[in-house]
Amino acid sequence: MASKNDFDYFDKPKNIRRLWFMLYVACGLTVIPDLFTTRHAHFWIDAFFGFYALLGFVACTVLILFSKLVGLILKVKEDYYGG
Amino acid sequence: MAANFPPSIFLMAGALLVPFLNGRARNWYTILLPAAAFCLIWQMETGLSWHIHLFDHELTLLRVDRLSRVFGYIFTLNACAAFVYAFYLRSSLQHMAAIIYVGSSLGVVFAGDLISLYLFWETMAVSSTFLILARKSKKALEAGMRYILVHVAGGLLLLAGIFMHISRTGSIEFAAMGDPNWASYLILIGFLVNAAAPPLSAWLPDAYPEATVTGGVILSAYTTKTAVYTLVRGFPGWEILIWVGCIMTIYGIIYALLENDMRRILAYSIINQVGFMVTGIGIGTMISLNGSVAHAFCHIIYKSLLWMSAGSVLYMTGKSRCTDLGGLYKTMPWTLIFGAVGALSISAFPGTSGFTSKSLIIDGAVHVHLMWVWLVLEIASAGVFLHAGIKFPYFVFFAKDKGLRPGETNLPMLFAMGFMSLLCILLGVYPEPLYALLPYQVHYQAYTINHVVAQFQLLMFSALVFFLLLPLLKRTETVSIDTDWLYRKGLKFCMAVITGLLSRTESRCERVFVHIIPETLSRFTQRPLTAVVISCMKIMGKGQSAVDRFREQRGPEIATFGPIGLPVFLSLMFLFWLFLFFGF
Repeated sequence: MASKNDFDYFDKPKNIRRLWFMLYVACGLTVIPDLFTTRHAHFWIDAFFGFYALLGFVACTVLILFSKLVGLILKVKEDYYGG
Repeated sequence: MAANFPPSIFLMAGALLVPFLNGRARNWYTILLPAAAFCLIWQMETGLSWHIHLFDHELTLLRVDRLSRVFGYIFTLNACAAFVYAFYLRSSLQHMAAIIYVGSSLGVVFAGDLISLYLFWETMAVSSTFLILARKSKKALEAGMRYILVHVAGGLLLLAGIFMHISRTGSIEFAAMGDPNWASYLILIGFLVNAAAPPLSAWLPDAYPEATVTGGVILSAYTTKTAVYTLVRGFPGWEILIWVGCIMTIYGIIYALLENDMRRILAYSIINQVGFMVTGIGIGTMISLNGSVAHAFCHIIYKSLLWMSAGSVLYMTGKSRCTDLGGLYKTMPWTLIFGAVGALSISAFPGTSGFTSKSLIIDGAVHVHLMWVWLVLEIASAGVFLHAGIKFPYFVFFAKDKGLRPGETNLPMLFAMGFMSLLCILLGVYPEPLYALLPYQVHYQAYTINHVVAQFQLLMFSALVFFLLLPLLKRTETVSIDTDWLYRKGLKFCMAVITGLLSRTESRCERVFVHIIPETLSRFTQRPLTAVVISCMKIMGKGQSAVDRFREQRGPEIATFGPIGLPVFLSLMFLFWLFLFFGF
């Protein structure tokens, strides 16, 4: 059972805010090098600034929304297979 | 002198001793046996082979080349770690099944001909089933039954393909298949069943999560990766595999995102990762084939690590569903750390093994200018971080605290996980030893500034999306209908159509042959003269009323002559005339 001596760093709202801040900073830091280096583009599509950041953002958003959508049809109760 | 004894036979024979050992001696034995097999493979020279004669054929039970050797190394290495992890386990059945399973997968990898490949292939299917059945729950028994049925069906397709291939070419050698034909397609389907390519994939997320704690760790490594090996050997550069692989990568992500059970999430992510390898095989260039082999090598390590981490949680809490888990970082920090290393590796985080192996496949697509394939693989790379990289550790170790305080798992489990974590990081920062083992000698540099920056952008923004859309990812107590629906419902529908068609045909035949024809003919036997006259009246165009009137006027006719009926009398007369005509 839970006790007061638990290590609960990730439960505290203050720390969660800190982690959010760190995540935003980390995202920002990853696009900064694009300002100073010229990327050797593989295709026409990945030549512009911050392409991989945008790709990660859009791809994951679409994947989550798409899975949510197909989940409406595919998700069934756990005893579906008679278990 | 180098020993040239097949490591598969060595392990399988060694497995027979397991029941005669007890307690810790048995555990030590199971660790040392694959370690000895590793040493055996290490000292074997490339080009070595070992044959036996069976009927008219010469079976090659050992063929050592760069491709078989690299799979041999990782199969035995992983088995060692898995048996260290299973040090707590006192079940000779599970240990024996596991060693035979590992041995037979080595048999597939080192088989130089299709017949011995098939024999080891089926041994794998049977022995691995025991790792599922050993859990002894009702669900596990049912899942094990479905698992073996799918694999027997896949094995039969493979066998049919092998026979057709042998009768076409006259050779039993297992080498790259030439032109596409029925034989090679059947063999390909047989291999793809084990690679868990949709729509033949539902067996994997159905069966693996029902296996025992250690069974899951062992199963995750061998069946799909021997399939990858056979595809690299038999079907390099087959374009269809590019598309099969791309579908596998996305399919695995979508289903893993929907899933609630942590081991089912990991099962779907196997399909996703094997998708990368299959795509690399389809591209078929030296760099992409190297990539597929390297990725299989690294994948076995980090996937085992992830299954070990999930297994530890299951072992300590008895729970497997994300809805029941959460907040375990408080009491299982080491399991979390090792699991996180596995999660980062599968996500190809720079500094881990996934980064140095997957890059080969993606660059393979770039080299041959396959833009859409490259784009799908990049999207899938982002998706991997979503479902396996963050979702698995987040919902199990963080998320909502469910009040579970299980404590850290046992020392051998932690030791095995620590060892695998170390390998993940070593191969991530210093991949050259692995590159040197690959089938083709290619110089490759994974760490360029562009590449590292691009990967960080992709992954960090994927993480951002995960946490921004977290409310949409809330776990529900559900399972998802998988591709088994196609054959579960599809075959039922086919059966219904076929039985419907047959029963309609049957009822029509009955009407015609049992009712209409006999009833019409019976009129000629009851009142033959009346029937003949009525037929003539109908032909002449008399009306129905005239026919009815005539029928009523006619009384019964004498259709019998004494004790026998008219037809019998006529038949006798006919025979009599025949006798007169031909007899004299």
